[in-house]
Order: sequence, then structure tokens, then C-alpha cells
Amino acid sequence: MQDALVIAGREFSSRLFLGTGKFPSNAALKAAIESSGTEMVTVALRRIDVTADEDILDAVDPDRVLLLTNTSGADDAEEAVRLARLARSGGYPTWIKLEITPEPRYLLPDGVETLKAAEILCAEGFTVLPYVNADPVLCKRLEEVGCATVMPLGSWIGSNQGLRTKAALEIIIEQSFVPVVVDAGIGAPSQAAEAMEMGAGAVLVNTAIGTAGDPAAMADAFRMAVVAGRQAVLAGLPGVGRAAEASSPLTGFLS
Amino acid sequence: MTVTPVALDSRPDGVPAHSAAADFLATDLSGPRALATTATDVDVDRALRSGRRSLADLGALLSPAAAGRLEEMAELAHAASVRRFGRVVRLFAPLYLSNQCVSTCTYCGFSAGNMIARRTLSPAEVAAEARTLTGRGFRHLLLVAGEHARIVSKDYLVDCVSALAADVPSISLETQVWDTATYTRLVDAGCEGLVVYQEVYDRDTYAAVHLKGKKRNYDWRLAAPDRAAEAGMRSLSLGALLGLDPDWRSDVIALAAHASALLRRWWRCEVAVSLPRMRPAAGDFEPVRPVTDREYVQILCALRLALPDVGITLSTRESPAFRDAAFKLGVTQMSAGSQTEPGGYAEPGAAEPQFEVSDTRSPSEVAAALRAAGYDPVWKDTIGARVTDAIPMSQRRP
Repeated sequence: MQDALVIAGREFSSRLFLGTGKFPSNAALKAAIESSGTEMVTVALRRIDVTADEDILDAVDPDRVLLLTNTSGADDAEEAVRLARLARSGGYPTWIKLEITPEPRYLLPDGVETLKAAEILCAEGFTVLPYVNADPVLCKRLEEVGCATVMPLGSWIGSNQGLRTKAALEIIIEQSFVPVVVDAGIGAPSQAAEAMEMGAGAVLVNTAIGTAGDPAAMADAFRMAVVAGRQAVLAGLPGVGRAAEASSPLTGFLS
Repeated sequence: MTVTPVALDSRPDGVPAHSAAADFLATDLSGPRALATTATDVDVDRALRSGRRSLADLGALLSPAAAGRLEEMAELAHAASVRRFGRVVRLFAPLYLSNQCVSTCTYCGFSAGNMIARRTLSPAEVAAEARTLTGRGFRHLLLVAGEHARIVSKDYLVDCVSALAADVPSISLETQVWDTATYTRLVDAGCEGLVVYQEVYDRDTYAAVHLKGKKRNYDWRLAAPDRAAEAGMRSLSLGALLGLDPDWRSDVIALAAHASALLRRWWRCEVAVSLPRMRPAAGDFEPVRPVTDREYVQILCALRLALPDVGITLSTRESPAFRDAAFKLGVTQMSAGSQTEPGGYAEPGAAEPQFEVSDTRSPSEVAAALRAAGYDPVWKDTIGARVTDAIPMSQRRP
């Protein structure tokens, strides 16, 4: 596969990951999954109810996309580890999006608890993708305990504010040996393209697609933006602001 | 935070220091309340444009000046709600455990003086009611009971929660208020949410409608969410019963201030508010000042704009037509198919209901109405603290 994204030995041709919250219906979610071209879809374990008449998993075809269960709702390491183990014992994939958000208003991740849980889950053989603040040191620590990616936030989840943590994201991308997935806050395709142009391995988008007037069309727009941003990196983005350098105004007298 | 433990039987007046109740009582609401009557178009403009709205902005949005700009408010409230919560409404059902009550509250059908058929379900009967409700799709149940510390005792409530915790992912409780130690037992048994309405925030009105019983102690009730949060309850729901206070604007501002104080003090808790309008009930209490549909819509919009992260519950007290239209303005949670008497799901009519519901549609009809409006009815969004096995993926329906 050309320019595949590799996470824990598995190849992904799409660099757009999709969250499943806030969609108006299962049908809308299913259509968005289709048109996004995504190969990884994250679902909150707490939302799954396979005995119900209609379940969120009805929209997700596990043969086509990797089902990444997440620990949304966990407020500490102990609860996140419990949820991950429940998922494994239920036969769900052992890829876990680790979300520990003790504060329900901004859903900001708790780095201390996330590191604790990541250490336990990595040791137990889970493939762990942790959602974290854009904290370069924390990202290195998570990489060291065996996380398959790091998923720093661009801005507060659901805020559509874009890459407000850009300066920190640049450091994380520069330092990381695992793929960096920019997660949360990406509110428009241009912001997804921006993250990709910075060198992110992938982006995860939910609110901007799930709450759009036409989620499937918005998913397609994000698909194109992510492809464009990635292609720009591969093509070799010209540096910014170098046009004036050729004239050497300060050293021209030397020639 | 340090809360001075208070023995249940002592129940002194006053609230503990460093509690949201204390923060609330220390909040000067005179400015926002004044704006709620005197706000001009300029004040309303400022409130509508503000990024982070204050209680003063809430006052302006509740004012007569804002009443003329309802459509503008509704558009903003709808947009804020979709962005924050998505096109999603959580559904839950109340499960009435008992209508025994020793308190005399002038507005309530369960009031001690009312000569009605009284009944308390055994934990086994509670489990049977819960099975009926889970069969209808519900995964979130609210256990409701009147105030009778002997019949609806702490031990009884712990038994009821324990009887359900393995099968019902989300259990909340709306009963008389308890001390921290009791809330801790309930949390340990699997209860994750507390619903406690102050009913009315004005102290004089509170005293005038709560004539007898433990509920007369305003402060003990006001600090109940603090005690529950201290005990580890994840979700706190507050409410004011619209129709008790002749000045509904003042009451709504107090409710918002209390919710804000809880959010700040208990940063791990989800906070929701509910503003039930008075419905006919045994005892024939007449609302002092009924809130009109237009006023109610203004309240919903103003609260959504002022408290963008707070849940708003809309009950079956409201009519189907009103619920189908108004939920888009910021409602996050609705009850459906409610029976307000103990045992009412298995055997309707065997005991006196707390109040008459107005939306008598079945849960599936309410869910269908939400879907028709382009919203996803969410039945389950909690794993359940006492759940030990996930439902195996292999059991998925084909």
C-alpha cells in the first residue's frame, strides 16, 4: 500500500478516523462512514447495546473498518482499565482509545490517570491509542510505555476551534516515533488539512461531521481535505517566508 | 473540600462552608434579578452576543425586553445545543417505588394529608417494574419515592438499587434527601445520579408550601447535592417547580446560580436542571402564577444560552405537541411513557399517581417522534458501575 499509515503493524490507507457521537441517526452515521473512506471508527463502549432494537454498532461494519472501542465516561485509570477489560471479554477488538475525562464540561483528559492506565493496558497486550492534552512530555512518556499512537487535542473536544494547540503539536510531531493523531477540536476541513500539512499521521473528527447539516457530505469534504494535506506533505511543502531571502540585503555588498 | 459531617437526625439550619450551597447563598442575585425586569434592548443585545454569558446576561435574556426576540434566542439556543450535545436526546423513565409520605407539601399528590391509596413496592416488585421498562428499551431509570424514613428507609433504597444494578446501566434517585454516609452507600450499590429539586428558591414561598415534615428544612435540602457529590454521585439534577413562585424569573435565576455553583465546586459532576410546570394532582393545588408556553420557551432558551454545558430535562408533564417542538431548544434528556404511581407499569391505576402526565405516548412513539425530527433517541450511554460482563459482540443481532 502506497503511503499507508501503519499503527501497531496494521496498515490504513485512510488517515481520517471517525467518532460516532452526536449523529442524528444510525443511517446518517453509516452514510458518513461510507463517504469518509475511513478505516477506523471509534465507538464508546458505554453506548453499545447489542440487545437493543437498534444499536450504534448496526452502523459499523467490522469487516470494513476497525472498531476502536473507547473508554469515554471513565474518570480515572481504574474505570478505564475496567472498561477496556470488559471490551476484551466481550470479544471486541483489543484496540482501545483511552479516554479519561474526569471533568464533564470540557472533557479534558487527565494526563496522570491516562499514563497509569496506559501502562497497565499496554502490559496486558492492548493496542492503546491515548487521547491527551497537547503535552509533548506526556506524549513521550506514553510512547515509552508502549502506546501505539498519541492523540493530542487540537482544541477542546466538540469546540470546533481548530488547532489552538498548534505550537505544542509541532513539538509532539517533531519528537514522536509513533503516529500522531490530532484528535478533538477540528471543526472544518481546512483545519484537518492544516494538521496533516504539519505532519500529523492522521486526524480524528466527530462533532464537525456528526452535527453538520449533511453529515455524509461533510465526511466527504473531510476525506478530501485529509488527502490534500497529506499529499502536500509528500509533494514537499515550500517553506514559508523564504522568498525575500535571495536578495541578501545585509551581505550583498560582499559580492 | 471539607464538609462537616452532619448527623441526619440533627439537621441544623445553615449549610456547610466550602459547599456549592454556601457559594450559592453568598451569590448576590439582586443585579441579575433587576435586569430580568428592567433590561433594555441594549442589555439583550449584549447578552445575545456574549461568548461566555453571566447571570446578569441570563437576567437580560429572561426579561420582557427579550420576550420580543424569542426566535433569535431560539436559533442561538438550538445551534449551541447541537454543537455541544449533537442531535441526540437521552431517554429515561421514572420508576415510582412508593407514594408513602409524611411531609405536607401543598402542591404534591403524595402529600401526607391526601386520602389516597398508598403503596410501597418490595425490591422484587421494583425489579419486575424495571424488567418491564428495560423491555420497552430503557437503560436509565429514575427511582422516585415520597418521604417516609421508616417505610422508604435508607436500607430499603440500598436494597432497591442493589436489586437493579446488575441489569440497569444507569440508576438515579429522587427521594427525600439524605446524609453523606447514606449517599455513599447508595453510590456503592450502583446509583450514579441524584435528582433533588429545591422546588422553589425563595425562602418565604418555600416555607409557605412545605407545611410539615423534614422537607421544611430549606438548607438541609439545598446542600443535598453537595453531600451526594461528596459521596461520589456522578450526576446531579436540580429543579424548580414553576408555578410556586409568583416571580418565575427570580426562581430561574436562582436555579441557574445554584447549578453554576455546583459545576464550579464539584468539577467532576455532570449537572442538569429541570423546570417542571405544575400539573393537576390530588389535593387540587392551583399554581400561584402559571408559566405560559411562550414564557417557558424563553426560559429554556435563556438557560441553554447561559449554561451551555448543563443538561436540561423535559418531562411528560408537557404535552406531546409542546415537547416535539421545544426539545430542540436545548433539551438533553426526556422521560417517556411515564407512570407516576408505584407499580404503575405492571398494573396501571392500582395506586394514586403523583401528578397527571400530559404526554401519554409510549416510549417507542416518543422515540419515533425524535427520529422524525432528525434526532437520535439515546437509551444507553453508561456501562453501569456494577456491570461485570460486557454483552459479547458475538450476540449481535444479524
